[in-house]
Amino acid sequence: MTRVLVIGAGPAGLAAAVAARDRGAEVVLVDASDAEGGQFWRHLPAQRAGRRESRLHHGWSRFTALRERLRADPGCEILLETGVWAIEPGERPVVHVLRGPADGGSRSRRALTADAVVIATGAYDRTLPFPGWQLPGVYSGGAAQALAKGERVAVGRRVVVAGAGPFLLPVAASLSGVGAEVAGVFEASGSRALAAGWLPRPWELTRVPGKAAELAGYAVGQLRRRIPYRVGWGVIEALGAARVEAITVARLDDDWWPRPGTERTLEVDAVCVSHGFTPRLELALAAGCALGADRFVAVDAAQATSVPGVYAAGELTGIGGADAALSEGAIAGHCAAGGHPDDRAVRRAVSARRTASRFAARLERAHAVHSGWTSWLSDDTIVCRCEEVTAGMLREVRAATPDAGLRSLRLTTRAGLGPCQGRMCGRAVEEVLGTSEASMDRRPIALPVRVGELADRETDET
Amino acid sequence: MHSDVLVVGAGIVGAACARALAGAGLAVTLLEKGGTASGTSASGEGNVLVSDKGPGPELDLAIHAARLWRETAPLLEDELGPAFPSIEYEPKGGIVVATSDDGALALVTFAAQQARHGVQTQPLTADQALALEPDLDPSLTAAVHYPQDAQVQPVVATEALLASARRAGAVVRAGEAVTGAVSDRTGRLVGVRTTRGEHHAGAVVLAAGPWSGEVGALLGVSVPIRPRRGVLLVTTPMPRRIRHKVYDGDYVGATQSSDAALQTSTVVESTASGTVLIGSSREQTGFDGRLRVEVMVELARKALTLFPFLARVPVMRSYGGFRPYAADHLPLIGPDERLPGLWHASGHEGAGIGLALATAELLAAGIAGAPTMIDGAAFLPSRPGLAAHLAGAAV
Repeated sequence: MTRVLVIGAGPAGLAAAVAARDRGAEVVLVDASDAEGGQFWRHLPAQRAGRRESRLHHGWSRFTALRERLRADPGCEILLETGVWAIEPGERPVVHVLRGPADGGSRSRRALTADAVVIATGAYDRTLPFPGWQLPGVYSGGAAQALAKGERVAVGRRVVVAGAGPFLLPVAASLSGVGAEVAGVFEASGSRALAAGWLPRPWELTRVPGKAAELAGYAVGQLRRRIPYRVGWGVIEALGAARVEAITVARLDDDWWPRPGTERTLEVDAVCVSHGFTPRLELALAAGCALGADRFVAVDAAQATSVPGVYAAGELTGIGGADAALSEGAIAGHCAAGGHPDDRAVRRAVSARRTASRFAARLERAHAVHSGWTSWLSDDTIVCRCEEVTAGMLREVRAATPDAGLRSLRLTTRAGLGPCQGRMCGRAVEEVLGTSEASMDRRPIALPVRVGELADRETDET
Repeated sequence: MHSDVLVVGAGIVGAACARALAGAGLAVTLLEKGGTASGTSASGEGNVLVSDKGPGPELDLAIHAARLWRETAPLLEDELGPAFPSIEYEPKGGIVVATSDDGALALVTFAAQQARHGVQTQPLTADQALALEPDLDPSLTAAVHYPQDAQVQPVVATEALLASARRAGAVVRAGEAVTGAVSDRTGRLVGVRTTRGEHHAGAVVLAAGPWSGEVGALLGVSVPIRPRRGVLLVTTPMPRRIRHKVYDGDYVGATQSSDAALQTSTVVESTASGTVLIGSSREQTGFDGRLRVEVMVELARKALTLFPFLARVPVMRSYGGFRPYAADHLPLIGPDERLPGLWHASGHEGAGIGLALATAELLAAGIAGAPTMIDGAAFLPSRPGLAAHLAGAAV
């Protein structure tokens, strides 16, 4: 029997696992978290599940259907709290996992192999730095959303949501849903970019049924709660002594340069910032998958990567949201199990993917990060938080070592060498340095592994 | 474009050569296919060691080189000013530890030989070793302290040497790869063709580390240097608990071995940023840089035999690279008699950071026809030990 290993139990991974099972493959589904659902369907632990779970999550019934289907299926082994820390490329890639709670002392190593691997590792939140962003009270949109959805906690009493992309709206809605006063949503993309992407008001999308319903849901809630929504504005500074007490917002031009004289100060106790997502590429790169010019994993119609037997689906192949991830995952799982994208079984998924990829392209055109953002960094703004590397240090070293590539610059400045290994700051560091020839996406050790865990004998593979 | 000397390769050896030559008043152009300090110099620990070398010409070079680093580090700092990042020169000393009775005997014998050839060695009792490194596994059987061992941050050190070379007039051209030779009618090498044009010079210095073989072939000579892969593990930062460079005695055996199979011997040390480096493996896998878990497992196991407390410390990064490995384990420094105009400065394997300044001194003196403080005959490409590997001369 064909054996398919799926990495990541978010929308793409769940859909891949179900599709591979439908085609008769044996499936192993691994996820580092202690629950299925990924970032998108992050929820309360079962023992204190909320009754309103379904109302807080879009596509909740779709999620529970996928999850229950797999849980009840003896042909699918679900390994939670199982993080992939390395992939050794080869004829059959060897997927090395650590099993057990990440903070516990007793994780065991295990090596998994399969006839095909589907990588569905999703994306990291992207947050552009600004002066004061390291103050307590500044959150990434994803963290604020996770606290609201997972813990029912609002990050502040009076909160501003800022950045770029339709994700700002669900963040604002979640915050509002757990009792925060949202003082404003500031979308950095100007109305021209938004018009080029889709329409000035994102909830007016009509061609993408799933998305439109999702956004309309937010929009209705938003209008009802009268949250101010401004386009072409950005948070350029957070102010406060020990924590955020106020923020400065300014109008941005088309390239995201702040327009002088438009600055305004708002008193808030928290600010949630999201500038979209960057694909979580380390495992795909470790497996040897080629990237496209857009720095997403390149896939063909079958979601197959450049490496035979390795498939990719979801945000890894382009930021398209849960609908895209579900359809790509279904195609990847089906094809990994020996199917073909022309098969009847995936006809609906293929058509949904087409729609979703158009949506992704519009999203990119409307909300892409523009280079002017680096102008709001002062010399003492920290860009790499782990190693406390400031924008000024990056610029100074760039000037002092004019022929250095990214590797040298990184080792000289220490940017991206701390515990996050550039997951959070990588793209920002690259943009401040103005390098383009290499990237900080490569992380052969995808997850920290203790020396003792490495030294322990690997348990036999299943 | 005409220079007195072209240097190929902007790693630490090329940078040191460019600085020495420009400092001697020569017009130097340095060509680098990628970015500066992006190859071997960016993939090691930054070792400046005498402890790992047995009596012989390389040990003499290493002792001299260690002194050059001690003198040059403050000069670079003065020259480049406080705005330039620190090269983190740390004369922290090394401690070699034996973990078996056989190992103890070998280590003590080896250290006694080194001591007769100018190495400062201090045999330690277990108590003395634990006083210097309290977290060592107390079951050690012997230890020797080498106060001359030091460390630099190899990338910053390379960039600092380049910055100094630029100040002396050297021109660095990154992103420009050598594609072929420019020769005169007598067959003498008088320049190189590159991806961006042609450069002429009185001498061409090949300092391309493990890629010297490839560049040599483009220039028409076979160069007996092959890549040998090395891998390091980096832990998350923590308060410093390891004060010296600490090796197990096997290290000495591995550097002198020609075995192609995987070898590891432990080198554990803290860095200025608080991480702990665990190295180092050696394998001949060509330029295959793919991760191998087996290598990391070996490194981890051996590190724990020295420092058991590391068991709970997370490894957050692994990096590796290719070291230029010469057939007889000695660097190549000097003129290539087969191709007049060509000079070599490579083949240092894992010792290039430590030996860079001494290599540059020998090379610059050779090109200028000046006398040198130490005898470089053992490193000449024409040395007897390499004759078999150079047979067939031009490719």
